[in-house]
Amino acid sequence: MSQTVDSGPSEVVAAPPPKRGKPILSEGKKAERRLGLLLCAPAAIVMVAVTAWPIIYSVWLSLQRYDLRFPDQREFVFLDNYIAVLSDGYWWTAFGITTLLTVVSVVIELVLGMLLALVMHRTIVGRGLVRTVSLIPYGIVTVVAAFSWFYAWNTDTGYLTDLLGAQAPLTQQIPSLLIIILAEVWKTTPFMALLLMAGLALVPDDLLKAASMDGASGWQRFTKVIIPMMKPAILVALLFRTLDAFRIFDNIFVLTKGANDTSSVSMQTYNNLIRGLNLGIGSTMSVLIFIAVAIIAFIFIKLFGASAPGNDPGGKR
Amino acid sequence: MTVIVTGPVSKAAGRKATGRKVRWGIVDIVVVVYALIPVLWTLSLSFKTAEAQTDKGFFPSEWTLQNYRDIFTTNEFIRALINSIGIAIIATLIAVVLGTMAAYAIARLDFPGKQLLVGVSLLIAMFPQVSLVSPLFEMERQLGLFDTWPGLILPYITFALPLAIYTLSAFFREIPWELEKAAKMDGATPAQAFRRVIAPLAAPGVFTTAILVFIFCWNDFLFAISLTSTEASRTVPAALSFFTGASQFEAPTGTISAAAVVITIPIILFVLFFQRRIVAGLTSGAVKG
Repeated sequence: MSQTVDSGPSEVVAAPPPKRGKPILSEGKKAERRLGLLLCAPAAIVMVAVTAWPIIYSVWLSLQRYDLRFPDQREFVFLDNYIAVLSDGYWWTAFGITTLLTVVSVVIELVLGMLLALVMHRTIVGRGLVRTVSLIPYGIVTVVAAFSWFYAWNTDTGYLTDLLGAQAPLTQQIPSLLIIILAEVWKTTPFMALLLMAGLALVPDDLLKAASMDGASGWQRFTKVIIPMMKPAILVALLFRTLDAFRIFDNIFVLTKGANDTSSVSMQTYNNLIRGLNLGIGSTMSVLIFIAVAIIAFIFIKLFGASAPGNDPGGKR
Repeated sequence: MTVIVTGPVSKAAGRKATGRKVRWGIVDIVVVVYALIPVLWTLSLSFKTAEAQTDKGFFPSEWTLQNYRDIFTTNEFIRALINSIGIAIIATLIAVVLGTMAAYAIARLDFPGKQLLVGVSLLIAMFPQVSLVSPLFEMERQLGLFDTWPGLILPYITFALPLAIYTLSAFFREIPWELEKAAKMDGATPAQAFRRVIAPLAAPGVFTTAILVFIFCWNDFLFAISLTSTEASRTVPAALSFFTGASQFEAPTGTISAAAVVITIPIILFVLFFQRRIVAGLTSGAVKG
């Protein structure tokens, strides 16, 4: 055997097995801490540089009047942008629409996702097939799916045009919103189902059998055994999907471009920034969305309690 | 995978089992139809002739490859496809390398700030991407990154990293690291132990993560449309909305659909070949993370 002790990987594996609870750090322990920090540093630096710094910068921009069409009028205006946005009807309409879309689609997804998870978990024929096709909506490019729905409902091309009973559904608010929800639900239900399926796999079969022996019906087993045991998985899935749905953009952009009061907050920000080239207002909206998402996340994490992902102290098993 | 029910062979039980199979079979068909309809519709549109685009039929009455010929003879689509592939692959490689380093440390080492790192990546996973669009737009303009590959690669890496770190650290925790010690006891050098024992065990997790990250980068639209302005870096999802018809009276339905089909192919291939891995990756990272 040739002696080749060199190269990066050997350093990685050469770290001694960690020990806990020593007040004085041994050499090996110190080396381990150093290596750990070193390995994490690049990822941490990139994540902070591309998110934390821009957010701070965005707060700074949001306090200025800054329109790229009139760059010489740039000046510090404190909270004027916030007053302008928050007293604007369009913003609140967009906020209401975003909230509505988020709540409705997440609720539908939860129900459908649970059904799909049960199918993927329990089906006795073609389990591989079901799982494979379910991944297609998850994997497909959102814009591609959105175009498919757009052409399906478009009066010129669509095979579904007459289904909602409305003339040109994509030019009216309510039918448009329904179609946006449909597109959103179609695309993300499988993801929800996969997260739920992971929780479903944690429910021991013995427990279900025992419940069944004790005379519990299928529905009782579902509500009294499966749901309580899946609670952490359900909360994780809800959190991820709610925050994800709140930033809805792609589907609206393709389906309606935000016309007829179907705009979301992301769409509004895009319109002000890229179409309007108004950096001050765009940044103000960015900050407001950030705050809204932080509040939603905070509420969920309060609900999570100890089951929040990331509270896992582990790493060493 | 098909589970074959091997129960008591009495006729009644056999009938019951068949009945259950049929019921599940019907449920399966519903799922398949649900998942495939929009895909088949796009496929159908891409094969319709320009005149048939407005006939509203689900299937083309007359098949043509003209739409595909059209997109592959214009620079617009080919450039966008090259941008999409290049940007997604580079971002995936970097994110997976950085993610592997961080995930290894999280799964195996004890160091200060570990909880912080896990917390920060969780925060970024939930971060509203649109909040970054305004500042990044301005910063990239000043740094000369606007409308370049790195200008998109950077935010992609950032948002892919939490996904990579979570999925990989979940995989790494499952690896029996004692094998490494055993190999060393048997006289393997650390490098050999890593190459022969640990790398093969870790490879599937890394590979799965790479697929998930690639799908994420491939999918992005918001950054692609906000941080690009020309063909230099516009990816396919963004380029689609700039497609124009052959004449101003003709909608670009056929060409958009053909382009949509082309960028769906890699997704279909991943799903077909790596279904099990993708499911494992998505579920492990999400729940055990």
